[in-house]
Formats: sequence, C-alpha cells, structure tokens
Amino acid sequence: MNVPKDLRYTKEHEWIRTHGGEVEVGITEYAQGELGDVIFVDLPAPGTKVEQMKAFGSIDAVKTVSDLFAPVSGEITAVNESLKDNPALVNQSPYEQGWMVKIRVAKDADAEGLLSADAYEKLLGATA
Amino acid sequence: MSTVNEPTVVEPTIRELSVPGHRGPRLQPLDIPARGAEALLPGVAIRDRAPGLPEVSEPAAVRHFVNLSTLNHHIDKALYPLGSCTMKYNPKLNDEIARLPGFAGIHPLQPEESVPGALSVIGDLHEWLRTIMGMPGITTQPVAGAQCELTAILIARAYHAERGDVREEVIVPDSAHGTNPSTVSQVGYKVVTVKSGADGRIDLEAVRRAISPRTAAMMLTNPNTLGIFEKEVGTIAQWIHEAGALLYLDGANLNAMVGLANPGAMGFDFAHINLHKTFSTPHGGGGPGGGVLCVRADLEPYLPTPVLVRSESGYRWDFDRPRSVGRVHSYYGNFGILVRALAYLRSLGASGVAEVSREAILNANYLKARLQDAYQPSHEGPCMHEFVLSAVRQKARGVKALDVAKRLLDFGVHAPTTYFPLIVDEALMIEPTETESKASLDAFAEAMLAIDRESIEDPESVRRAPTRTPVRRLDEARAARQLVLTWQDLEAGGSGV
Repeated sequence: MNVPKDLRYTKEHEWIRTHGGEVEVGITEYAQGELGDVIFVDLPAPGTKVEQMKAFGSIDAVKTVSDLFAPVSGEITAVNESLKDNPALVNQSPYEQGWMVKIRVAKDADAEGLLSADAYEKLLGATA
Repeated sequence: MSTVNEPTVVEPTIRELSVPGHRGPRLQPLDIPARGAEALLPGVAIRDRAPGLPEVSEPAAVRHFVNLSTLNHHIDKALYPLGSCTMKYNPKLNDEIARLPGFAGIHPLQPEESVPGALSVIGDLHEWLRTIMGMPGITTQPVAGAQCELTAILIARAYHAERGDVREEVIVPDSAHGTNPSTVSQVGYKVVTVKSGADGRIDLEAVRRAISPRTAAMMLTNPNTLGIFEKEVGTIAQWIHEAGALLYLDGANLNAMVGLANPGAMGFDFAHINLHKTFSTPHGGGGPGGGVLCVRADLEPYLPTPVLVRSESGYRWDFDRPRSVGRVHSYYGNFGILVRALAYLRSLGASGVAEVSREAILNANYLKARLQDAYQPSHEGPCMHEFVLSAVRQKARGVKALDVAKRLLDFGVHAPTTYFPLIVDEALMIEPTETESKASLDAFAEAMLAIDRESIEDPESVRRAPTRTPVRRLDEARAARQLVLTWQDLEAGGSGV
C-alpha cells in the first residue's frame, strides 16, 4: 500500500501536503480502493470556511456515498476542477492528480496533530 | 469474443426493429365518413409532427418483449434474495382480481356514488391494516415507503407546531435506510445519528444521550436492517414519549412481523407499510408502488386530504381537513395495488398472514445456518426475515462482496443486496422470503458455498463473473458517470434526454 512519507493523514483516510500556509487535501490509496470506482466528487466553492474533522464535501462511488472530512480548519482557496469531468483521477492518482481542495490553514497546530505516514500505516495494519 | 466491458447485444431495441409500413392488425376501411384529429381535438392537443413510433408487426412486437423478459431476471423465473426489498412471489390470483373490469376500468374522477364497491375495497383494506398495525388513523394515498416517511415527518412538524413547540432534530440509527436521513433533511430537521451496539441492535445508552427537548421524532426500523429485532423498543418508546417526541416505525421489514407483532402495542406513534413488498404487488421495475401510513388517534387530523370515512350510507371521501398536511399524491394513491393487497389478505386470512411471517423467518434462519461457516455473519444468533453476511474472509482472498454477487448471477439467482447496511464491511444482505421451497433455498446455499470454494481455488473466475448471463460484467462506473437514460435518434440528430 502506497503511503507517501512526506504527507500527513487523518484516521478518516484523507491526506494533506503542506505548502507554506496552505495544504492540499485528497484521499489515500487505501480509501480509493475501499470506495471502488469514484463517479462524482462534491466539493465546496473557494471561499468556504471549513472546520477540522467536519464534513466539507462528499464522494460518490458505485457502491456508496462517503463524507469528506476537513483535516484542518481554514478556508478553501482552490478546488480541483478536473475532477468534474474526470472523477476517476481519484482512483488513478490519489496523491497527485486526484487532489481535491486547497485550504488556507487557520491554526498550524491542526496539521501538526495529524498522523505521520508511519502512524497511518499502523492504522491500516489494524484495519486490514 | 466479447471482453469484460463489451456486452453482447442479444436483443435489439424495438426502434432498431422498426420497418416503415410494418404494423399490427390492418382494419377494414371505415364505413362512415372519416373525421380528422383537427375536427375532434382542441389545437393545443395536436402535435406538429408524428411522434416517430417504431413500426413493427404484431409477432415482431410479441417476440421482442418475450425475448426481453427471458433475458431479465425476475421473481417468476428464480429466487430473488434481495435483502430489505422483500422480493417475494406474488400470487397471480391477486393480479387477476385487480384486472377485473369493475376495478381496472374505473376513473378517479368518477362521482364517488358510482364506485361504492371500489371505496369498500379501500375501506376493508384499511380495517385489515389498522388491526395489523394497531393504529386507528390511516391513509393509502402515498405510493412509496419514502413518500410515507416524508408524510410522517411533515405530520410530526405540524403536530409540534400546533402545540407551539419548536423542535429541531430527528433521531435516526446508523443502520437505517438512506431514505430516513434524507426525509429528515427534506422537512428541515437536523439528523441525529445513533450508533448500533455490538449485538447489532441500537445502542440504548446512545439513544438516551441523543434524546433532548429538541427531539421531534425518532425513526426506527424493526426488525432493523441487520434482520435483528429491536427488543428494547418499549424502553425507547417510553423515553421518546417522556421527551414529548414521536416514534416512527420504518415498516420496510414488516414481512417478519405481520400477524405476529403489533407496532402500535410496541409504542410506535406512526408507521408505514410498503404494499409492494409484503402485500402482493410485484416490484423492482420502478413501480408502481403502494404506501400506507398508519397513525395514532390524535395524529389523524394531519393525514393527507382526502381521508376515507364511513357513514351510514357507506364510505365517502372527506375533503374538509383543515389541519391536514395536504396532498402527497394525485387522487387516491395507486388503487390497483390496494385491490391486490386486500385480495392477498382475504385469501390468506388472519392465520395465514401470521404463517407467512413465520415461514419468512424460518427460511432466513435456515439459510443463515447453512452459510455462516463459510461467510462471516454480521452478528451471532437467530435472525428475523433477513440476515447480513460479510465477505471479509473472501476479500482477503481477493474476492469482494461485489464479485460474489456477480458470480451468483451465473448460478441463475439474483444477487443479494450488497454493501448495505453501511455498518457491515463487504455486506451481503440476504432475504429469501417465505415463498421459497427447501429445494430452492438449498440451491442458493450450494451456489454460495461453491463461490466460497472458488474464492480459494480460482479467485480470478469469480472476479471475471458473470460469464453465463446474456450480458457480462458491466462498467457500472461509466454507466453512472455518463448517464444516457433514453434512446436517441442519432441519425436524425436527435438528442433524447
């Protein structure tokens, strides 16, 4: 299972990549595998305020609809527009082209409290 | 040779069969002067051009539809163990009765004095269902379970509003059907989810914590979607009532309870019935359905308009309902389904109805006992009319619940409900219903056990399934991403929507 070392993770299987005061958010390879083929990603508009571990969007797969949880509190600054036409990017490239939103972080402590790659892998070990 | 994503076309569409000039019976020329549509209809009713209907001969049309019916899976062909849907065999007698001209040929706009028999059918059905549900108020106007849910929560809102009581929340278990939370949101209430405990029943402590002065109602499915009876329903009802809220029964799983247990006596204030599940209307093709909403006496004024009332001269519709939540469907619901339901009840009788529930429970427990060594059951112990297995062991061998479901099609049975309820990983929800014989149940069990063996010996063959059906594994993701729901005349530049 691919769990990049440079990202941080939530126990709900989202990842973040930090760029200064902004984080890029997506779901993990494990999450996309569990969901199966993604058919639609419902994301909020830029400018929307999100709160840590509250649902900020949803993801439709063939078998189920799941909430997406905000790894950090802050404000949405960008949304991956290419998911509109090609939601399969979430399956094909969960850590790169399948990113979902960028969030301007309100409190740095939020990101620091997330799981490291090692801790997330341990969580997967306990789940699988 | 076709590959996985290229289903073989085994029957063309009726439009592709069309040949200009082909038609059914050719009638003799008129022996009276012809009058065109222009002379008989107001202009607004006349199309600018012909609708482009397919032109086929009578045998071509008959063969087309008979061929389609043999390609499809349906309950008249084999087992359909689709949990929570109650896809049981519906006796043809009840269809016959609904087709009697006195029922099939009447119109909802006829004066009610001209259809006293039809009103009696609805009235008699109401009497049966009041007794079964243990509640005096009833409407058969909604045409689906979800529509009953919406009507019920609108009634809860009207009930609290009339008392000047502001309530904001409705409690829904995490094992509920998705229609419960969506109904709550549609009415403008907030959903409060409570989790299930280790035994598959709702966590009583979580319920107690969720109840507050903000609670408008709680929606409970009993037996729940794991096929387990919520035996603490009496306690839950007491707490809900102490908080001034209402307890709703999602009657999706009524097939386990009819004639055996009484929802009113359990403490439910209102409840729905899916006539198209338990009471003999075939479903699965998208309708028509029949919903019944039963309510306790003081909720009766809020029922949709009109309400059927009995007077000295017989039944009549009462339209003077100032406290009603309004109409939820045109006319009086789907009347033909009400006829089937009454015919079903009358032919079984009270003892027969209870026997149906017992056999539904027995069949489910028999199958669960046969399968639980190979597939991990969601919970130990006996079940009601359905049970949930988890394909986690098979998944570890590379075969998911979806693959098991697809492979079952190769054995000539319909797949069970998969991936629901959401609280069970790799869920396979199986409801055999009372109409299956032991031989039919055994054939299903053998197929499930064979697939389990295949998941060990040859998992690839399961992942490739189905291989014996008219079309092979379909690209479900593409079907959902690129919705094309109607035939389109591409040559004519048409863009059907």
